[in-house]
Amino acid sequence: MSDYLFYIFAALTVICGALVIINKNPINSAMFLVLSIASMAGLFVLLHAFFLAAVQVLVYAGAVMVLFLFVIMLLDLKEEQRRKINTFGAVTGVASVAAIGYVFYQSIRNTPLPNAVAHSEGDTVVLGKLLFTDYVLPFEILSILLLVAMVGVILLSKKDLK
Amino acid sequence: MFHWLTNILHEISNWFYGLSHITQFSILSFIKIAVLIVVVLTMVAYAVLVERKVSAFIQDRVGPNRAAIPWIAAIPVLGPFLVRLGIFQPLADGVKFLLKEDFTPNHVRKVYFWLAPMIAMVPALLTFAVIPFGSNLNGERMVLADLNVGILYTFGIVSLGVYGIVLAGYASNSKYPFLGGIRSSAQMISYEIAMGMSVIPVFLLVGNLNLSQVIGYQSGSLLDWLVFKQPLSFLIFIIAAFAETNRLPFDLPESETELVAGYHTEYSSMKFALFFLGEYANMIAASAMMVTLFLGGWTLPFGGLDHQATSIWMGLAHIGIFIGKIIFLMLIFIWVRWMLPRFRYDQLMDLGWRRFIPLSLVNILITAVVLWARAK
Repeated sequence: MSDYLFYIFAALTVICGALVIINKNPINSAMFLVLSIASMAGLFVLLHAFFLAAVQVLVYAGAVMVLFLFVIMLLDLKEEQRRKINTFGAVTGVASVAAIGYVFYQSIRNTPLPNAVAHSEGDTVVLGKLLFTDYVLPFEILSILLLVAMVGVILLSKKDLK
Repeated sequence: MFHWLTNILHEISNWFYGLSHITQFSILSFIKIAVLIVVVLTMVAYAVLVERKVSAFIQDRVGPNRAAIPWIAAIPVLGPFLVRLGIFQPLADGVKFLLKEDFTPNHVRKVYFWLAPMIAMVPALLTFAVIPFGSNLNGERMVLADLNVGILYTFGIVSLGVYGIVLAGYASNSKYPFLGGIRSSAQMISYEIAMGMSVIPVFLLVGNLNLSQVIGYQSGSLLDWLVFKQPLSFLIFIIAAFAETNRLPFDLPESETELVAGYHTEYSSMKFALFFLGEYANMIAASAMMVTLFLGGWTLPFGGLDHQATSIWMGLAHIGIFIGKIIFLMLIFIWVRWMLPRFRYDQLMDLGWRRFIPLSLVNILITAVVLWARAK
């Protein structure tokens, strides 16, 4: 049962991901990205990582993608729809995806995988403790990075701020 | 006299307990889901009636008092009384919505035009999956899925609700719906942040994201209810809930005076009804969340109603208490709509970003410091 669900969600994630770049209408692309994110949340659920799944939907599907839609809807869609496929972009894109895929394939093939997934039940308490003990430095660095990005955005959007 | 009935019940229970665990679980869940959806949709239909009756009361009118079913209306005393209450009005409205012409304008984007009303309705129903609507009936717990990340699930689903409105605005492909869609996406994102941050102090106090545990924390005395321990949280949450459900004073996405009807201008018949009912279903979902988080859920602090039910009657009483609290909050929702004027758009954004978000941050900080000081 859970195996079939994995294949369904994995296929949905990949197909929707492909449709994001194939579609010419940006709104369609954005909606397929939402679907792709939602199916990825399904994969997290299958791994018993409920917290990650919920946050994935909440942050990416619920907030980030709504902002994307918001911006796309304010753009001039006609021009985007007529856009031709850029040969250079397509070739380099396929090449880099192939390269990354090869690296993944080799590293997965050469690493002995554990037989079963450790069932941690995605406990929020455990996750919180880990974030504030073992991983506190990366966590703080990430928050500072986000803060810098926010300050940068405010500076860019307020041009008369001198 | 009811011997045959007892026999049938006995047969059914024998058959049921003979099934495997997974089948039993599926059947029980299916029954719970069906009953839950029927109850919620009935409440939605009658919320519309209550809205019309309350608005009539506030504006010194009578409200709906004509719709009648012939045989029932002919019952002496009771019949005319029910008609005057408007009990049959939701039925008449439902039939009207189903039978009206479903007109699709030529200029719309068809796929999204069809999808948007569904996306508007479904998230409201999905939120009920994690809300405990009672303690237990004959040992069967009255919650569909007792997730350990209950509240995050709810917020995730609620945040998907905005797609219905945004896509309706985009699919309609004309000016007013588009403006409505844009407004609503900005509004919902802004207030979602305030809403999400306002409940963090609640979970700091409870120490768990599971909604059943939140209710357990609040049972005992009236002062344990989180509305009294975290009044600021409750205030921010209820105002954000008004904004999230597009109710006055925050109904900018559909403000009739400037945008005709906002995002659902181009919709008719059942598709319009789905938006309309989705709004009320969202209100009920928001009320259910507030009841669970702040008003003690299915508990009452007296009469021994604050612990798990030991009999079927007590279990039913718990469900009744839960529904009663939801109805109380719905009345507040409706009452406010007919009392306050609409905000201007800049006032709305100002309130969300420059008042509520800093306030909820301060609230988190104070709660955390108090808890830390107490733990030392």
